[in-house]
Amino acid sequence: MIQETALIFTPQTAASAITGNLWLIPALPIVASGIIALLKQKRRVPAAALAIGSLGISLLIAIAAFAHVLAGWMANHAVRETFNFSWIQVGTSSVDLGWVLDPLSAVMLVMVCFVGLLIFIYSVGYMAHDENFTRFFCFLSLFAGGMLGVVIANSILLLFMSWEIVGLTSYLLIGFWYHKPSAAAAAKKAFVTTRVGDIFFLLGIVWLFSSTGTLLFYSHGAGSLESLALSNLLTQHAGLGLSAATAIGLLIFAGAAGKSGQVPLHVWLPDAMEGPTPVSALIHAATMVAAGVYLIARVYPLMSAGSLAGGTTVALTVVTWVGAATAVFAALIAVAQNDIKRILAYSTVSQLGYMMAGLGLGGVAVGFFHLITHAFFKALLFMGAGSVIHGVHEEQDIRHMGGLNAKMKTTFVTYGIGMLALCGFPLVFSGFWSKDGILEAAHNGAIKGPFYMLAFGALLTAFYMTRQVSYVFFGNKRAHHEAHESPKVMTMPLAILAFFAIALSAIGTPAWPWFKSFLNNEAAPFEFAGFAEPGLASLMLLSSCIVLVGIGLGWMIYGNKQQDAHAKDALEKALGPIWTLLANRFYVDELYGVTVIALYKGLAILTDFFDRCVWGGIVALVAWVFGLCAKINRFLDETFINGGFDKGCEQLSTGGGILSNVESGRAQTYLRYLAVGMIVLVAILLWSARP
Amino acid sequence: MLAWTIYLSFAGALLETLLPKGKPGLARALALLVAVAGLVVAVAGYAAGFSQGRITVTDVPWIPSMGIRYILAADGISRVLVLLTGLASVAGVLFSWNIDKRTNQFFAFYLALIGGVFGVFLSYDLFLLFVFYEIAIVPKYFIIAIWGSTRREYGAMKLALYSFVGSAMVLIGLLASYATAGAHSTGLVDLAHAGLSTSFQMWCFPLVFIGFGILAGLWPFHTWAPTGHVAAPTAASMLLAGVVMKLGAYGCLRVAMGLYPHGLDPWGFSLLGLGSWRDVFAVLAIIGIIYGALVALAQTDFKFVIGYSSVSHMGFVLLGLMTLNQIGMTGAVLQMFSHGVIAGLLFAIVGRIVYERTHTRQFADLEKMHLSRRLPFAAWAFVIAGVASMGLPGFSGFVAELQVLVGSWRAAPGWTVAAGIGIVIGVAYTWRALQKAFFNDKLPTAEDHPKTGWHDMAAITWPEATGVTLLVAATLAVGVYPRLLLDQIEPAVKTFLAGGVQ
Repeated sequence: MIQETALIFTPQTAASAITGNLWLIPALPIVASGIIALLKQKRRVPAAALAIGSLGISLLIAIAAFAHVLAGWMANHAVRETFNFSWIQVGTSSVDLGWVLDPLSAVMLVMVCFVGLLIFIYSVGYMAHDENFTRFFCFLSLFAGGMLGVVIANSILLLFMSWEIVGLTSYLLIGFWYHKPSAAAAAKKAFVTTRVGDIFFLLGIVWLFSSTGTLLFYSHGAGSLESLALSNLLTQHAGLGLSAATAIGLLIFAGAAGKSGQVPLHVWLPDAMEGPTPVSALIHAATMVAAGVYLIARVYPLMSAGSLAGGTTVALTVVTWVGAATAVFAALIAVAQNDIKRILAYSTVSQLGYMMAGLGLGGVAVGFFHLITHAFFKALLFMGAGSVIHGVHEEQDIRHMGGLNAKMKTTFVTYGIGMLALCGFPLVFSGFWSKDGILEAAHNGAIKGPFYMLAFGALLTAFYMTRQVSYVFFGNKRAHHEAHESPKVMTMPLAILAFFAIALSAIGTPAWPWFKSFLNNEAAPFEFAGFAEPGLASLMLLSSCIVLVGIGLGWMIYGNKQQDAHAKDALEKALGPIWTLLANRFYVDELYGVTVIALYKGLAILTDFFDRCVWGGIVALVAWVFGLCAKINRFLDETFINGGFDKGCEQLSTGGGILSNVESGRAQTYLRYLAVGMIVLVAILLWSARP
Repeated sequence: MLAWTIYLSFAGALLETLLPKGKPGLARALALLVAVAGLVVAVAGYAAGFSQGRITVTDVPWIPSMGIRYILAADGISRVLVLLTGLASVAGVLFSWNIDKRTNQFFAFYLALIGGVFGVFLSYDLFLLFVFYEIAIVPKYFIIAIWGSTRREYGAMKLALYSFVGSAMVLIGLLASYATAGAHSTGLVDLAHAGLSTSFQMWCFPLVFIGFGILAGLWPFHTWAPTGHVAAPTAASMLLAGVVMKLGAYGCLRVAMGLYPHGLDPWGFSLLGLGSWRDVFAVLAIIGIIYGALVALAQTDFKFVIGYSSVSHMGFVLLGLMTLNQIGMTGAVLQMFSHGVIAGLLFAIVGRIVYERTHTRQFADLEKMHLSRRLPFAAWAFVIAGVASMGLPGFSGFVAELQVLVGSWRAAPGWTVAAGIGIVIGVAYTWRALQKAFFNDKLPTAEDHPKTGWHDMAAITWPEATGVTLLVAATLAVGVYPRLLLDQIEPAVKTFLAGGVQ
């Protein structure tokens, strides 16, 4: 590592004007979405203009906020400005909301606004022919507002509330083409699965609130992530030898795992590709799925509480292993998929695993840098895929593409850049540096398991992306229709993102680790000596080799082949049953189908039966017993008592006919008389009670 | 002033019976007028109650020989529930706009029911409370038996029998307390200060709690609720779930817990891990939450889903009450309001907006109807109502359930975990119903094009749109700015807790 300069950063916590107005960033898109909701379906231009305009202004404010933090950082201030207020007051406990401006939120704000804005612009082209164009922008705006709310939140409750808005809009957007049953089902699955994680998250919040008495992250020493509360949490025991801090951290991680598609809650993310492609790019690549990673970065002090210098904690170890397992697991599945978007979806799951592992192993800056670079190149890849799908007339199967490099030049070049960034192609692509940071942290870890897993994952990543690009852009043309390039409004955002996929390298190299220093409130000296770190050069060499081998293998098997769209995949022939296992995604969905879902269905049917038969039966039995008694009584009455009586009373029966109308035997009539009697009684009572 | 809510409703009911037959328009207009007037009074009374404790409205002797007095009073809890009743009654009239069979009688029963409910929430004399409670039960029976649907007589009778069993238990408790206290008064305040012995409270508390709890959907005495809800006409389901179930919960709080606080004390021994009536009822509440949600997951009838969801949501109210701490009980009262509004909305959509147009509530039939395209208003209204029902932030249910969860965590963390499971299942059954009823359509083919192949469904009418807007606005307003209600609930709960329940 680089020798840290001894500069001490002084805290800067007083809220400035920009912090006080930070709420505008999420509020503007939300207001815009409200206005769009009221617009008529035909008002396309105002809808798009409102959405893009509001997010554009948000971006400007976000940049101003970023500049403010940057200015503080350059003046050696550790900026963490908060603005808190009480939402509800119950007894002595106050439920507080608030927002925070620090390097973490500033960087994330700019990223979300910027990538979001590009995706909004791209959507104008992509959704141009959709009849529900207006509604699309309404949801998109609401989503952006919710996501920005997650980013600025200084209260875990505000974060959760925004988190749920994000989940809801994600549901609405995945199911946007709800006339496709698969889309409606995928939307439901996404919502329910993430909600499973959310309940753990909510329990974590309740526990945190009960233990620390505050929901705020930072509040001038009284927040839940500040040393006083943390040391308090460390001393509380939660059973199984865990401290309360660890237990809460794990609960929160379960929420993050649901949102960020970590194993075993990853099943919804690939299905979510049923949504329109800009949605996939915005929600399932750049922002929402990153929210889980952001959450862990935000509560990092809690996750790492109690670690000795350089050590790790139970919570972080869990994060690391889950992340590493996800990275490999999803990469394996991605190798055997044929849907262009599904490959990207599994690659997203895999990369989110990298981010989690990075957080667990190397701290906030390592995981978070990968989040930022990934947001750019994955949004680029998804939008590129959207452009391809658009160009080949809504075809998504890569076996039915091929040879598109000549027809779609801009898309090809930008997609290629995105692909190389994702593979981590050495030196010029941002993905290389961010992934290298994670590998380096894994290599320095006490246990080497995660390192080997992540390295293997990197090999697979390079391999399956090469496979995909070969299928789509090279070889013979297998599409049913003539392909065409997409309009400028779609390709321009691609070019901008491609630029950043490369340019972001500049801030994360070991020679000038500006990004890391900025987040950690350290000075960032520029020194080439950073490369001379022992072991670093060899590690970089190793990871470069891994990537090159992966790409080489992929190109060897798939590159520029003339083949039939219905031919078996080359690997399928070689791997046989393993391929089937991968292509069927390790049968995880089926496993859930026969375990969890079957259990709930069984329980539901059982309780329903219980309700109808047992409780209903008891009620029916009671009614039957009373009915039986009534019948016995009637029998006694009619046979014995009435028997003798009737003879003598035959003359009276004519008069009885009138009364028999009253005794109609209908319960409602009886009750009606009962009611009338009662009302009369009450009236008399009221009358007699006059003062 | 709040007493006028009662008098207005009963006067309205009386006027309805005097209206000439065959003038449904007049009957509707009158009912709406009375309901709106009731709401206005409730809102005014609520607004006047900020930063005030209990306000006594009327206090006159009624049956002096027994020391029974006609006491109407309202604290923050009562005022919130009166407000809810006002809202629900207006919405109920709006969603009954299409009733043209014996319209004036319908609204007469309807307003009598509302009057009874207002009366319960405002009574501060146990006997008076009981009388109003009974008044509320009777019209309910007729509304279901005459204007109901699916197995209406069965549903109505089941509901009436359950209610009367509950009433009988409450009555025994009432008479026993009156006799034991020997204070020659049935006033709630007098009885609470009568110093009833702990051993007496120990058996009287569960008796009265279950008596009222039956109407609050306390498991396993909940089975009247789904059948009753399903059999009832829309407005009656709305009122049943919206306010009548709250009568039960309110009775549990005000009477059972208010008069017999020592009934909640530990027994001194533990049976199956349960050490007090408090544990027993908390566990029953949690079973209700999970059980209701699970049963809802297995239903094939749209309205049954909502009926069972009410059992589940009312479990949160009872659980909140059993936390015996400030935040949990505040949450319970807020949940009463929240569930009243949201359940009303759900029943309105299912029973009125959808059923009146499709004439079926079976998912198997609804699935084929492409409702998301033919009734987009209903579909989106149900999305909003469903989201509110599953407790998403921004809606009242979130604040309420959060407080109950925090409160129960403080009482016993295990309760919170179990209730959390109920929330997950809640999401599952809501989305299942939503998808089956509205969004399950297949891709329309060229021959079967949606815009030409279907006969038109009646357009959404203004009372429907107004009713939905009213209820959505209410749940949103409370969800975004909960202090609107909490500022009144919170001090009332504090006083209540300080008054002995601990």
